[in-house]
Amino acid sequence: MTTPRKKFDKVCAILDRYERKPSHLIPILQAVQAEYRYLTEEMMTYVATSLGLPPARVYGVATFYSHFALEPKGKHVIRLCDGTACHVKGSNPILEALWKKLGLSEHKKTTPDMLFTVETVSCLGACGLAPVVVINEEIFGQVTPEKACQLVDDIQAKENK
Amino acid sequence: MTTIDLNQIRENYHTAAHTVTRRIIICAGTGCMANGAMKVYDRFIETIAKAGIPVTTELKAEDASPNKTLISSSGCQGFCQMGPLVTLIPDNILYTRVAPTDVDEIVTSTLINHQPVERLLYKNPANGKSCLGTNDIPFYTRQARATLKACGALDPEDLHEYIAHGGYAMAHKAYAELSAKALCNEILLSGLRGRGGGGFPTGKKWELTRIQPEPKKYVICNGDEGDPGAFMDRSVMEGNPHSVLEGMMIAARAIGADEGYIYVRAEYPLAVKRMRKAIADAEQAGLLGDSLFGTGQALRLHVMEGAGAFVCGEETALIASIEGKRGMPSPKPPFPAQSGLWGKPTVINNVETLATIPLILASGATAYRKLGTKSSPGTKTFALTGHVANTGLIEVPFGTTLREIIFNIGGGVTCKDGTQDPQGFKAVQIGGPSGGCLTRDHLDLPMDFDSLKTVGAMVGSGGLVVMNQKTCMVRIARFFMQFTQNESCGKCVLCREGTRQMLSMLDDITEGRADTGTLELLEKLANAVQKGSLCGLGKTAPNPVLSTLRHFRAEYEAHVHGKTCPAGECKALAHPEIDPALCKGCTACAKKCPVSAITGERKQPHTINASLCIKCGVCAQTCKFNAIKGV
Repeated sequence: MTTPRKKFDKVCAILDRYERKPSHLIPILQAVQAEYRYLTEEMMTYVATSLGLPPARVYGVATFYSHFALEPKGKHVIRLCDGTACHVKGSNPILEALWKKLGLSEHKKTTPDMLFTVETVSCLGACGLAPVVVINEEIFGQVTPEKACQLVDDIQAKENK
Repeated sequence: MTTIDLNQIRENYHTAAHTVTRRIIICAGTGCMANGAMKVYDRFIETIAKAGIPVTTELKAEDASPNKTLISSSGCQGFCQMGPLVTLIPDNILYTRVAPTDVDEIVTSTLINHQPVERLLYKNPANGKSCLGTNDIPFYTRQARATLKACGALDPEDLHEYIAHGGYAMAHKAYAELSAKALCNEILLSGLRGRGGGGFPTGKKWELTRIQPEPKKYVICNGDEGDPGAFMDRSVMEGNPHSVLEGMMIAARAIGADEGYIYVRAEYPLAVKRMRKAIADAEQAGLLGDSLFGTGQALRLHVMEGAGAFVCGEETALIASIEGKRGMPSPKPPFPAQSGLWGKPTVINNVETLATIPLILASGATAYRKLGTKSSPGTKTFALTGHVANTGLIEVPFGTTLREIIFNIGGGVTCKDGTQDPQGFKAVQIGGPSGGCLTRDHLDLPMDFDSLKTVGAMVGSGGLVVMNQKTCMVRIARFFMQFTQNESCGKCVLCREGTRQMLSMLDDITEGRADTGTLELLEKLANAVQKGSLCGLGKTAPNPVLSTLRHFRAEYEAHVHGKTCPAGECKALAHPEIDPALCKGCTACAKKCPVSAITGERKQPHTINASLCIKCGVCAQTCKFNAIKGV
């Protein structure tokens, strides 16, 4: 059985790294998310108590910034840029193609097998290459709906190996 | 503690540089990296070594072996459309769209036989001639690259190279020779205005902070470049991080700050990495620390990664974010200069502004004023994107016209498929979601902070998105409204609720539900949101709507009264029809139609059943004879 102490060991290490200062709340949550891929309620409450903050304050910060995820994401995160340049160069058809291919929608962002998450971001700053798709950390430029589906196929092929 | 000897570093660098006969610079900006620049980089090292040419990736004073070829990476060179870019010095050759498979040929032809590889040179579309290097390419020759000059030439991760090219000399001058007051004065005299969007005189901001009696002060670099369609700050942070640090050191000296933050958007992981490395290198070299240049003045800098909130680009919201709170703006006054981070006097400058500071000190305020216009001196970087041949990062003096930027530097307007469209120019969106659009009428307007304000637009952070005739302006307004509605922090009712209502009205317009009163109501609400919001986000959120209404009212009216979209982008307003004169009866569209709305005999004109049609547009994409109209 894992004791509670053990369960939060990694969070404690992160809190120590940031000297348990409430002003470091955002980097602390970023580090926790980097470790666990998303923030659970339990985790946020633990962080709040450790920093001497009300849990509502931590929850408020976590929901304010779009980078914090309160739900687990898929193994491969596909981020489609919907900045102005990508938008005028046709990011919408790409999004629709990806949704269709993976059976996702505006409200359903992750596939049931937890393999893919499709999100849009407001601008990745690679406008010279519009439209842009980022899969995990890799950037793909001048993407078309067909190319985006091909990228998904490639990942699926690798996963099934 | 010993003080850093800049002269010694410069000398060592130049001694080492003498052992290098050729330099190959591979652009490692985000654009080129996405197109495989690092594979090209690796292939060069491998191929050159195989060819028996001495090769190195680092200049070291202790390595005196002669005739080496140096392979280095650089920040964004701006010509993103043509990446990956490879520059050869001293040949002054620029190769475009280089693939790893091209490397063998470059090494054999150029490095060994001194012949350029013709097919990798940029061809000027105007006359079809090949351009050897940047001196021949109109995209570069018509710019005035000052802030961006070193991006694309220097290795961003090499502190010594930055120093060898005059880096940190101005920081040294600021600490060793100039008083805080003289520094503020010099920047005030230069007329430098904040490049983040507001255009507030930087010297004035500094002076206001300098005169505060509080001993603890902060300097903050605002790298939260949130405007969709803008990437100037990203390129400077990635391409020349030390220039930003030097600017911050000078700002800290001018106001008397001993601590600072660089707030970088989380979407820019490479910028975060490069800024962190630059700080670590500068600290290790003794440039940053407890006593800068032996003056006893300390400066500690930290990088803070943003967490994805556009409103944090607003200075009071940014401060709240550094303090670990939700990024909500607070009323001004008190200005950050009086009470900023943790209640202490704080100067917040944009990345580009800070990177310009060392250049101003080097040339002097009077020389700096020679470029640009009277009210907006100097140069400005713009991110040129959208339907334009040469997308990328450019820098021009204030006062340059749109015509020059779009047609000469940008190489003209393009169709959706990227081919040239000489008559295609419709509008350009400047300043992102806070800005407005400029039309054909404004092509010859000299652009600066004030001239743009008079036509209902703004310089903003510098995004220029070119749009062709096939772009629906109502949808563009809707796009920005959706963005600001999403990013509104929720503090002010008019911004929170008003943007949502405006978005819903724009949805009504693009989906055919609008009635005669909609446009009037939209305008009224837009004016109310402008007046009733606290910060820049809400105050400027209605700008794209007001500006498109002003210049493209007929297009709005066509949507509202005629229930048609002149650009053909609003699917709900489409009325697909088959032109019987063009239809060959090939049945391709009927086979593709997902709802079987298209019927007809083989080799006879087909028809669309409007009651079944879902206006998806697949038929128009399928038809080889352009027979389907109204989609």
